[in-house]
Amino acid sequence: MRRIAIGLAVLALATLPYWVGNSYYVNVAAQMLIFAVLALGLNVLVGYAGLVTLGHAGLFGIAAYAGATLINAGHSHLVADVGALLVTVAATAVFAVLALRGTGLGFVMITVALGQIVWGIAYRWISLTNGDNGVSITARPSPFGLSLVSADGFYWATLVVFLVAVAAMAIFVASPFGAALRGTRDQPRRMTALGYNVWLTRFLAFLFSGFWSGVAGLLYLYYNQFVSPQTVALSASAEALLMVIAGGTATLLGPIAGAVLVIVMKDIASAYIERWNFVLGAIFVVIVVFMPEGLVPGTARLWRWAVSLLRPQPPPVLRRESSR
Amino acid sequence: MTALELRDLNKAFGGLRVTSAVDLAVEPGERRLIIGPNGAGKTTLFNLITGELRVDSGQVLLFERDLTRVATRRRAHLGLARTYQIITLFPGETLARNVVLSLLGLSRLRWNPFVRLDRRRDLLEAAHATLARVGLDHLADRPVAQTSYGERRRVEIAMALAQNPRVLLLDEPFAGLSVEERRDVLALIAGIPRDVTIVMIEHDMDVALEFAERITVLHFGRVVVEGTRAEVVQHPRTREIYLGE
Repeated sequence: MRRIAIGLAVLALATLPYWVGNSYYVNVAAQMLIFAVLALGLNVLVGYAGLVTLGHAGLFGIAAYAGATLINAGHSHLVADVGALLVTVAATAVFAVLALRGTGLGFVMITVALGQIVWGIAYRWISLTNGDNGVSITARPSPFGLSLVSADGFYWATLVVFLVAVAAMAIFVASPFGAALRGTRDQPRRMTALGYNVWLTRFLAFLFSGFWSGVAGLLYLYYNQFVSPQTVALSASAEALLMVIAGGTATLLGPIAGAVLVIVMKDIASAYIERWNFVLGAIFVVIVVFMPEGLVPGTARLWRWAVSLLRPQPPPVLRRESSR
Repeated sequence: MTALELRDLNKAFGGLRVTSAVDLAVEPGERRLIIGPNGAGKTTLFNLITGELRVDSGQVLLFERDLTRVATRRRAHLGLARTYQIITLFPGETLARNVVLSLLGLSRLRWNPFVRLDRRRDLLEAAHATLARVGLDHLADRPVAQTSYGERRRVEIAMALAQNPRVLLLDEPFAGLSVEERRDVLALIAGIPRDVTIVMIEHDMDVALEFAERITVLHFGRVVVEGTRAEVVQHPRTREIYLGE
């Protein structure tokens, strides 16, 4: 049953350009996939490691800036992509070493500070980042000779990367390392006493998370063919965190649902509702109040409750009061 | 050779000395009981032995190997396991998964992000076998959150036993248990083979005295009495501390 559902979902996603038709909505779908990859990467830290971060847009942006800089320096897309991911993973290692010195609110504040440093560099180091004007690239890559110029072509390429990301997350979560990471989230002291290196486990998870943020950053660069300081702003990190929390942390589908929700509000609802930010905020409040565990686990809970209501209940057993 | 030895161990939190010149030598296979009134420094002593607290001065030796500067996680790999006074399990996971996490702690497999954990039959079978030792195999697939307090106490012990420790530290394993549950847990601890040295902190003197071969009495972080059951029970300092005589 589960495999059939997954197969149908993949089929629906693969054929989306045919049944959507309009290239604008295909582009919106590509954006959803890009931000879903970012949210999946962020979920490794927020959901599975219990480390709430507000600096991931910095890593997302570092990949985009590094990719754009390497492409503009005359390197091939392959070299630029590999180079950008290496730079991102190296930056993630720096983020992790510094941020993992703190826990709880301290960890959050360090990630905010690191994200703001990246934003400051993007905004002020004009010789490197072109400041407020941002950096443009002239073309998208053509992997295996396939053109990604059209909305459909780019969507399918993004879909492939998205499916690889989902598969990687599914394998990661079900692995012994994934179990160890969840253990460090729930009982770090016990995990240490059991022989686990809690710091190193979190550090490696941070690298994995940063890698997928970098992949999303590269997709974002190719989608827009442009990156600016706005990409690495604190509000972008908050938006990514909102995707994860609204969809449901520590679930595979939650971050995807959260990314879809935010992009629908930003790119579709904003065309009809002037105060779309207000509506998004209201939706978030409703989710927190009625489904504190997030949209996906909350919907599953409500579904189980509804099914239990529809099931015929056995008649109550009449008990004879015991004599006293 | 001693299984566990503490030499002139000291620890202070600011001006408060919680462990003061503690010397302790536990023989291999021994069942040692550590008693003392609340605040005597018993759990602190365990935390110093496991490395969860850093010692100010003194040495901790496990089978004559100096552990004083060894990281807590490495001590588990060297054969030191413990349980906690406040139950410290993974409530969202099943009993079997809790024990699997304990088994993984000493395995290189814990770093593997590629294999599916639920397909590792060897780990699952080992977890079931450990749970059977504590009489909980029939609940292996039940989440910890759906088990009783007494069952959780036994899972704590199962997680420690799963690591085949050479020295096992039990921190109040009878705390919060009913009379029947205490008897069950005592039988479980009594059934642990002699190749495991056990050091136990306990308040319930009736149950604990049944278990102990030698007893150490701590008071204000100091060892005030040490000896066999009879010696400690008869000692005037013990009576003074416990009965105020």
